[in-house]
Amino acid sequence: MIVELGHFALVLALAVSLVQTVVPAIGAHRRDVQLMHVAEPAAILQFLLVGAAFAALTYAFVVSDFSVKLVYDNSHSMKPMIFKVSGVWGNHEGSMVLWVLILAMFGAMVAFFGRNLPDTLRARVLAVQASIAVAFLLFVIFTSNPFARLDPAPFEGTGLNPLLQDRALAFHPPWLYAGYVGFSMTFSFAVAALLEGRVDASWARWVRPWTLAAWLSLTIGIAMGSWWAYYTLGWGGFWFWDPVENASLMPWLAGTALLHSAIVAEKRGALKSWTILLAILAFSLSLLGTFLVRSGVLTSVHAFAVDPARGSFILGILMFFVGGSLALYAWRAPMLRAGGIFAPISREGALLMNNMLLSAATASVFIGTLYPLFLDALTGEKITVGPPFFNYTFVPIFVPLLCLVPLGPLLGWKRADLMAAAERLLAAAGIAFVALIASFAFFYEGPWLAPFGMALAVWLVAGALSDVAWRIKLFSTPLAESLSRARRLPRAVWGSALAHGGVGICVAGIIGVTAWSDELITAVAPGESAEIGGYTLTLQGVALRDGPNFDAMVGVVGVARGGRDLGVMLPEKRRFPAERQEKTEPAIRTNGISDLYVVLGEQAGNGKWVLRAYRNTFAPLIWIGGTIMGIGGLISLLDRRLRVGAPTGARPRLAAQPAE
Amino acid sequence: MRSFAAALAIVFALTAPSFALVDPSERLDDPQQEARARAISKNLRCMVCQNQSIDDSDAELAGDLRRVVRDRILAGDTDREVYDFVVARYGDFVLMTPPFGPATLLLWLGPALVLVLGGGIVFTVLRRQRVRPAEPRLTPEEAAKLALLLEKDENRRG
Repeated sequence: MIVELGHFALVLALAVSLVQTVVPAIGAHRRDVQLMHVAEPAAILQFLLVGAAFAALTYAFVVSDFSVKLVYDNSHSMKPMIFKVSGVWGNHEGSMVLWVLILAMFGAMVAFFGRNLPDTLRARVLAVQASIAVAFLLFVIFTSNPFARLDPAPFEGTGLNPLLQDRALAFHPPWLYAGYVGFSMTFSFAVAALLEGRVDASWARWVRPWTLAAWLSLTIGIAMGSWWAYYTLGWGGFWFWDPVENASLMPWLAGTALLHSAIVAEKRGALKSWTILLAILAFSLSLLGTFLVRSGVLTSVHAFAVDPARGSFILGILMFFVGGSLALYAWRAPMLRAGGIFAPISREGALLMNNMLLSAATASVFIGTLYPLFLDALTGEKITVGPPFFNYTFVPIFVPLLCLVPLGPLLGWKRADLMAAAERLLAAAGIAFVALIASFAFFYEGPWLAPFGMALAVWLVAGALSDVAWRIKLFSTPLAESLSRARRLPRAVWGSALAHGGVGICVAGIIGVTAWSDELITAVAPGESAEIGGYTLTLQGVALRDGPNFDAMVGVVGVARGGRDLGVMLPEKRRFPAERQEKTEPAIRTNGISDLYVVLGEQAGNGKWVLRAYRNTFAPLIWIGGTIMGIGGLISLLDRRLRVGAPTGARPRLAAQPAE
Repeated sequence: MRSFAAALAIVFALTAPSFALVDPSERLDDPQQEARARAISKNLRCMVCQNQSIDDSDAELAGDLRRVVRDRILAGDTDREVYDFVVARYGDFVLMTPPFGPATLLLWLGPALVLVLGGGIVFTVLRRQRVRPAEPRLTPEEAAKLALLLEKDENRRG
């Protein structure tokens, strides 16, 4: 009964979003306030209905109702509760319901917080947002019904892929989707602005927080996914340039560019039309990602659905929204008035450079991901585009970008003094140089490029610190004065310094793992030892353990360093009888800087076991850096100045006015 | 047939990463030859997996190919000869780095092309800015509003 109610709620949501697409749009066209005001209650109702459908589906999973086909296919009564819940989106149908739920949530947020947006803009934004909901609700209801029943109901479910039964992965899709779908908000704002035919500072001011929220979610989602890959897939790889990873990286790159160009649009009124285009592109790439993953064009761990009908449906949605918005852009963008002028050496110039390099980087990922598909379709020739391609194309574009990052925030708007900015970075450059020498001295056996990478990482962190130090006049005024300046520094400045510093820490991690890691692959009998990176690993024995829905072989591996006993590590090999699959569970010992990573392999005969161990230098820094980037985004998001209409100190009224 | 292949690919993609990597018994005795074999293995695709090199994959076919690579190295082949040997049997698809050629021209030059194009656009935009007339002067009301804003801003900072 509850399941049928959920299904019904989903259909009602479709009806509501149809109304929300049509009525406010007509209202905005005719300047009819009553019609326009249909949008807000509709958006909130749509959210409640999709929420009800999602709750009904979750209920079916929680009580293990195997008469629902989706639950039967993806759950098992013995599964721990957290994975019963995460099983809701650990499959195609459920993940699409989550997609629509987040979409509706963002719409409801605009309806709720957007009271001081101009009436026509708000009505149009919500209408565009609802049109996306219509497309995806049609998709869910007609090609991916999550509420389909089985009769007779099976007694037990078939379980969830063990790889997906993981705490980090349980929350990876919601974050990722919040990011993907978050860009639908900036897309809706962009299309609404094109329909309005004007982009002013208040528009840019509205777009920034949504971009930031989407970017922040996507950053966390990608970081979680890569962390999961690191500790699950069994050898410490963290990024594979897999098409599905690329599908999430492309909107992230475009979103990063959008985040920066929106600043110029807001503060200086320049790059407006480019910002609109980026907003369209960021969401188009999100849709492309959804298409690639959901259509089964690229099969991978993530592609649950290999169904041509679904593929063509999403392709249709993709073409409608991308084609439609780009056509609208081509028609209306020339009408947008260009904004403030600036010299090449200026904050605007630096942000333009940032956008150019980020766009080229996005293009390299785009080409590398889709080229094999196109070549196969056009000529039937099959090629593989693996990680080396991206090392040759993406990295050379990204490194100059990273080199320029510390410079940007130190340049003034309109016309800047390059020498003065460079002077402020003198200390950072000195520290980076010391890091270069130190890495050469310490890792003299490693690849010669790696110390330069390390210097780049340190340059980014020191540059971010220099930015803050300069703004609070550290060392040039008394400390108390600096501290009070630090307190008054806008949160957006702290946010950007943290995000840029986080990138540096992340780079250090990537360099360390790639260049300076050790690997040990050996077969040992219980009692035997092996050495890796100064550690002595002793296989003390292999034991059996019963888990809630698996049984495991546990390797008891003693760790010692320089004769000092450091305890045991317990890598596992788990067998999931319900799913009839195996999964290795590495043991990781970390000190926050480097990881010791141990995996129990196969039985090698004559009582020996294959033991694999890795010393992953700086590995944790990758995710520490990612987390710091996310925190930076969050702090920026909390900046009072980004909240339209929030009283900003002494001028409560002026803040809400467009600053044209 | 196609969907069966896809289903097979999924099964492999789902199960392969969970174990993976070289079996110690496969290794060559000469560490230098072994290092070469590992480097080559990282550049060869596991044909039945999704985007995994044979070095990362535990699929049976990947193991066979790893042995082939090691056999060729033991037989005295150079790296080039090993690649040629494998490509002759499996085609370019087996290479993780697609070869540069007419079919991959746009692939390899595409990113650079975008960069040059972007640079060109940025250059024109900046040039056009220089010749564009300055923005119209402020109206008296706007000037008054601006003065008010600046004053408020000053007070806030001070």
